Amino acid sequence: MHSFGYRANALLTVAVTILALMCAIASLSDNFNSPTPSAQVQVLNINWFQKHQDGNDEISLTLNISANLQSLFTWNTKQVFVFLAAEYETPMNSLNQVSLWDGIIPAKEHAKFWIHTSNKYRFIDQGSNLRGKDFNLTLHWHVMPKTGKMFADKIVMSGYRLPQDYR
Amino acid sequence: MGFIKDAMQPAGSLRARPLLTQIITLGMTISSALIIWKALICITGCESPVIVVVSGSMEPGFKRGDILFLHMNEDPIRAGDIVVFNIKGKTIPVVHRVIQVHEQQNNKEIYVLTKGDINKKDDRLGGIYGSGQLWLQRQHIMGRAIGFLPYEGWVTIVLTENPIVKYVLIGALSLVLITSKDRGAKQNSRTNE
Repeated sequence: MHSFGYRANALLTVAVTILALMCAIASLSDNFNSPTPSAQVQVLNINWFQKHQDGNDEISLTLNISANLQSLFTWNTKQVFVFLAAEYETPMNSLNQVSLWDGIIPAKEHAKFWIHTSNKYRFIDQGSNLRGKDFNLTLHWHVMPKTGKMFADKIVMSGYRLPQDYR
Repeated sequence: MGFIKDAMQPAGSLRARPLLTQIITLGMTISSALIIWKALICITGCESPVIVVVSGSMEPGFKRGDILFLHMNEDPIRAGDIVVFNIKGKTIPVVHRVIQVHEQQNNKEIYVLTKGDINKKDDRLGGIYGSGQLWLQRQHIMGRAIGFLPYEGWVTIVLTENPIVKYVLIGALSLVLITSKDRGAKQNSRTNE
């Protein structure tokens, strides 16, 4: 019972158990954080708006995105993945979500930002329903921890509308 | 338990009992591991509730060797969810993020487009979906990632990518098992004298 093998096995088991417990407690500590994020998006320009040969509408926008996500960071946060999605309804689909831009915030210092960009990913509809369409711009974020449970939330900003005609 | 010992004694030599004990202990360990695994499958609702990240396409969030905990429930798939899906013809499930969702009005059928965080192209352009496949649907998605542990999956990756290590490990383990059994038998015979 006192061989190297038994001792190594016992040591390893205890070590792994304690490590798992520590990770669980670290993850639980994230629940005590109550974040107060804020965000604002402006559509500065509609660059172009066309219908493809396969019948799907596509539009290109220039956006101004500003947000303060510093309150989301805890000591157990590895990064925050943030993305902006356009959400709208069409006669065929009760919900469409199209991600226009995303970014990774590696640290609290970078969590208060302001960017001016055209959409990183193509805004293509499943069909030809975008003319004059009202849509919401929702800023989603996923807090990815160093270890444990991931949190996600969003801010919905409504009141945007696409132009009536192709251009 | 004394009557069992008495029944065992005449049944065989001193070597039969320790051997049988070891087999039963091994069997019990394997059974309890299987019970825990099956219970996890029931609780989380996925076929493989824990998987290891094998590709680097979700860095810097998930690195190769991290373990992901999955869960699947009736909640609709929404943009931003990290989903695990299988493509026909590919053995390893893929873990990527949903960037587009189109949900139909009446039957709630969904069309989903995914992309690895660090990839420039989405999975359709990048050739991750099968040829001719434009979207992912409900039946392709195995689960949603809800939590993770860093680094623990490295053992699985090493074992999968270098099968030689697997054989060496099994060989070493069997050797340890055989030599320890001899020691157990020797101890028993010493105490019985």
